Amino acid sequence: MLEVKNLTKFFGGLGAVRDLSFQVKEGEIFGLIGPNGSGKTTIFNLINGFYHPTSGDILFRGESISGQKPNLVCKKGIARTFQVVKPLSRMTVLENVMASAFLRVSGVSEAREEALKTLEFCSLIHRKDYLAKSLTIGDRKRLEITRALATRPKMILLDETAAGLNPAELDQAIDLIKKIRTQGVTVLIVEHIMKVIMSISDRIHAINYGQTITEGTPQEVANNKAVIEAYLGEAYA
Amino acid sequence: MENRRRLKEFLPWIILVLLALIPLVQRNPYILHMLIMVLIWASLGQSWNLLGGYTGQVSFGHATFYGLGAYAAGLLYFHKEISTWYGMLLGPIVAMIFAVPIGLICFRLRGAYFALAMLALAEVLRLVATNWISFTNGSVGILIVPVVSKVLYYYMALGLAAISFYVIHRVLHSKWGFYFIAIREDQDAAESMGINTTYYKLISLLISAFFTGLAGAFYMNYMAFIDPHVVFSLVDISIMMILVVMLGGAGTLYGPAIGAVIMVLLSEVFRAYFGHANLLILGILIILIIVFIPDGVVDISKFFRRKQHA
Repeated sequence: MLEVKNLTKFFGGLGAVRDLSFQVKEGEIFGLIGPNGSGKTTIFNLINGFYHPTSGDILFRGESISGQKPNLVCKKGIARTFQVVKPLSRMTVLENVMASAFLRVSGVSEAREEALKTLEFCSLIHRKDYLAKSLTIGDRKRLEITRALATRPKMILLDETAAGLNPAELDQAIDLIKKIRTQGVTVLIVEHIMKVIMSISDRIHAINYGQTITEGTPQEVANNKAVIEAYLGEAYA
Repeated sequence: MENRRRLKEFLPWIILVLLALIPLVQRNPYILHMLIMVLIWASLGQSWNLLGGYTGQVSFGHATFYGLGAYAAGLLYFHKEISTWYGMLLGPIVAMIFAVPIGLICFRLRGAYFALAMLALAEVLRLVATNWISFTNGSVGILIVPVVSKVLYYYMALGLAAISFYVIHRVLHSKWGFYFIAIREDQDAAESMGINTTYYKLISLLISAFFTGLAGAFYMNYMAFIDPHVVFSLVDISIMMILVVMLGGAGTLYGPAIGAVIMVLLSEVFRAYFGHANLLILGILIILIIVFIPDGVVDISKFFRRKQHA
């Protein structure tokens, strides 16, 4: 579905992502983990088109998308959420999602219908008439996901959607991500909260300093020496 | 709730009918002139508002389109003796043609580039219109013979304002409107929702340029005289458009209309009562309004409504 090949991104002399390769299969939940500053969000920005790779390639369903503009990447079927949420503050929740739904439908009433359906799916329907800026952080994260889904993606990139949530909200977020997969949407997720990433990922790719440490099932990755070293320091490995 | 919604639906039509009835009871040319200016400014404000208030792309040089509209109509008559009425077709088109390259270049960038490019363009055009005497008649300006009565001009101005409000209202309630506001709220989010931000900012600019050019061409017809310093004026046109919107309420449908009433009538009243101090007092008033009701005068009603609910 998504193939990242020898992806490299330099900001000046700083190598944020170096020679990174991985493949996400259709229908799976693929986790991307790494300590702060290891380059996870940079990878999202490269896939999504905000950044141009210095070298390497990104293939989506066999077609190169590297260096394409974000709106075209989205049109091709990759939607994303932001770690630092970006609600359209002075629009209502419904309008936020409608603005997204217009990617696939052009009439206002169709967009509203589509948006209501997606809000229902994401259990955010009770907030539809609230201004986006008045939402709690939990609901804002949910709005990010709802908006991304309203573009009818084939693949969704979730950037730390569980950060800042309370335990109850965490469980709901896990349920929602699982539910998204059952809709046939492939999920690529960046997450710090191990409870989330370990319980939902089919496979996990661990990086540090923009390079691959290991890849495997959650069990394999959790027991990997290099991963523990990257997170907790050499003494614990 | 239901009543309020019905009122909201009919309010524009009620206002339109009331405005249409005014000439039947009041034919004082001075009052009609004031009303015509309010209507022109409401229309100009709304044009700026679509781009600046709703799409978030602030222009410091909308006099560009106003002057182009006015000159397109004026020059058509000056060179070919073609009636300036045809200029009202040509004016908006010329304004849109100039808007395309500016939008294509500036809208790839974010930040102040567009605002500054517009400021520069208006000034450049003012200088060109002043100095290219063989083509524009320079500072002498262009004079035509007005042909219709004030009442007719009043109805044309009303039509102009009504059409610009109606079209922009419809645009805002379509896909385009959602996209414009999304771009204003967060351009990164808009792009990752699949919105081609450069393209939709350009569309917003074109619509805005169209109505600004139309108002300019109408002004040529109505005043029967233009010169570069009037129609390409930074203070009297470009800044005035921003003030009309900011005072009334940016990003609101009625804001520009309220702003136009305030700016046109107040500046006239102040000119009559305060003599040479009128600009000083108007300036102080504008500062007070911006400090105390930063979201514009339309916000006053919202302010009270919120209090009622609480």
